[in-house]
Amino acid sequence: MRIAVCIKQVPDTEARLRVRKDGLWVEEEDLPFVINESDNYALEEALTIAEKTAGEVVVVSLGPERVKDALRKALALGASRAVHLAEEAFQGGDALATGRALAAAIAGQEVDLVLTGSQSDDVGYGATGSVIAGHLGWPHAWLVMGLEIEEGGTSARVTREMESGMNEIFRLQLPAVIEVQAGINHPRYASLKGIMAAKRKPIERPSPADLGLEASQIGAAGSRLEVLEVAFPDSGEGAEMLEGDAATMARTLVEKLQREARVL
Amino acid sequence: MSGETYQRYFGSQHRLVRETVRSFVRDEILPHVDAWEEAGSFPRRLYRRAAELGILGVGYPETCGGVGGDVFTGIAVAEELTGSGSGGLVAGLGSHHIALPPIVRHGSDEQKRRFVAPVLAGERIAALAVTEPDAGSDVAGLRTTAVRDGEAYVVNGSKSFITSGCRADQVTVAVRTGGPGAAGISLLVVEAGTPGYSTSPPMKKMGWWASDTAQLFFDDCRVPVANRIGPENAGFKLLMENFQSERLQMVVIANATARLALDEALRYAAERRAFGRPLADFQVIRHRLADMATEVTISREFAYRVAAKIQAGVDQVMEVSMAKSFAAAVCERVTHAAVQIFGGYGYVREYPVERLFRDGRILSIGGGTSEIMKEIIAKRLLAEDEK
Repeated sequence: MRIAVCIKQVPDTEARLRVRKDGLWVEEEDLPFVINESDNYALEEALTIAEKTAGEVVVVSLGPERVKDALRKALALGASRAVHLAEEAFQGGDALATGRALAAAIAGQEVDLVLTGSQSDDVGYGATGSVIAGHLGWPHAWLVMGLEIEEGGTSARVTREMESGMNEIFRLQLPAVIEVQAGINHPRYASLKGIMAAKRKPIERPSPADLGLEASQIGAAGSRLEVLEVAFPDSGEGAEMLEGDAATMARTLVEKLQREARVL
Repeated sequence: MSGETYQRYFGSQHRLVRETVRSFVRDEILPHVDAWEEAGSFPRRLYRRAAELGILGVGYPETCGGVGGDVFTGIAVAEELTGSGSGGLVAGLGSHHIALPPIVRHGSDEQKRRFVAPVLAGERIAALAVTEPDAGSDVAGLRTTAVRDGEAYVVNGSKSFITSGCRADQVTVAVRTGGPGAAGISLLVVEAGTPGYSTSPPMKKMGWWASDTAQLFFDDCRVPVANRIGPENAGFKLLMENFQSERLQMVVIANATARLALDEALRYAAERRAFGRPLADFQVIRHRLADMATEVTISREFAYRVAAKIQAGVDQVMEVSMAKSFAAAVCERVTHAAVQIFGGYGYVREYPVERLFRDGRILSIGGGTSEIMKEIIAKRLLAEDEK
């Protein structure tokens, strides 16, 4: 089975963010970047399926040069090759433009399944996977907590997390786009052998024209959404420091949760 | 970032290596390390696991079962492993780094198949045995004899302070096959279970508790001639070659240990309050922290520089000796200062600086004492080598 995994490189969630001077994004200089958390789980899921089916994993990402590090890591973990949409024209898009470009890149790979994380840890639109599925015309599942490829490899049994703690279990026909949640598996570490081998694995860098895309369909030019500003919310008021020993503070806290916050 | 370039020792591949080793330490070592230290040993399966991740194979060619990697890959691995806070574990898990290089460099293909690949696969533990009860720094004075008898050497004598000695499956042993002095020494690989070979119980040490350290005994122990590494009586040169990488390894451990102690001290000084303010507000503590950080940084930067030259194939015998005696001294001063900042808490085992202080002490002794390092430096300075 050939599986494409879409990954996004995002700022490390533990890093301290500063708003960039133009107010449209965060300052990226000196910011540590990592593979988006739920994408790590998607990659692990794909590697496991590929191992069971003697298949291969192609990892796909859209983003600037720094994204190469994330792709190398995915190759070190066991993906066999990578596609990097690195050209300037691809950059700065909303979910619609990014999803369109990723779908075009995937369409040329003849894959049986697309896996990705349910949402990114930076902007968190949670929409790119749906857009990819729409462009490919494939079935799609979001917030997936369990995935099993069924006998014959033509369908998958998917467990989704619903509201109020219930699960929804259904079957979908492959090829499909499946967006997983963090926690679905235990992502492996990259072995040092894998890290050394990753150097020799290919990273393809198609241009928009290679994918049959016009510059107007992708990146900032192809977006229907325009970011006006990113900002930290004003810090709220009303924080109250409890005083006294642990027992007193616990008692006061319970009282306040019952009477004032009414959550207990 | 400025437009000027300067030499960066680590790249993105090293960062990935660090990430893997750090996760391994965080998930599979740190939860158990205190218990292993107290027990004086860590489980054998850790070798297997480290091998799976490729950690044991760094710096060894793929043809021997290694994963390759440059000098800085080895440094990244050693620094991250030292993050476990257990020098003993690092030494024990890495005892093959002193046992295998002579075999990799001078062994036959058959010897590499038998003695290198299974160790890098985590299936066998390897140790190096040079030091004797009466010959430590004076390597050329070793007395364990190996007398040729047909297709075997009959080995008699004993070895002391051997890391991984108790449970090693194979030991690279320096023996006297010829006359007195450096010209009569050979290296033999002795396998555990060979009749006449035995080990002491683990020695009780000041530090490095998690590593087993033993005395080895050879009593008419017959070792096949096929287990000799390189030509007969050429062992001294092989050992000297080996010292450069062993010393660099010790330098890295010393610097990483000092760095850990500094980090602990910084954290504690910010948290702990005395006379109504954090320790970090007292000038005496601030200046001590500044001195510690300065020494740690200088020692580490020098070590990287030496490593870069080793990587480039430049002779660094004198410089690596400087780095070792300097780093060991820095490590002692910094871990000592960290304990002092922790006060009474620094003296109890519950806090990591207590262990770092004990573990640091061996670094000016093992792999060549600081006194020997200074002799090497002086010899080079005075151009006595050629005499």
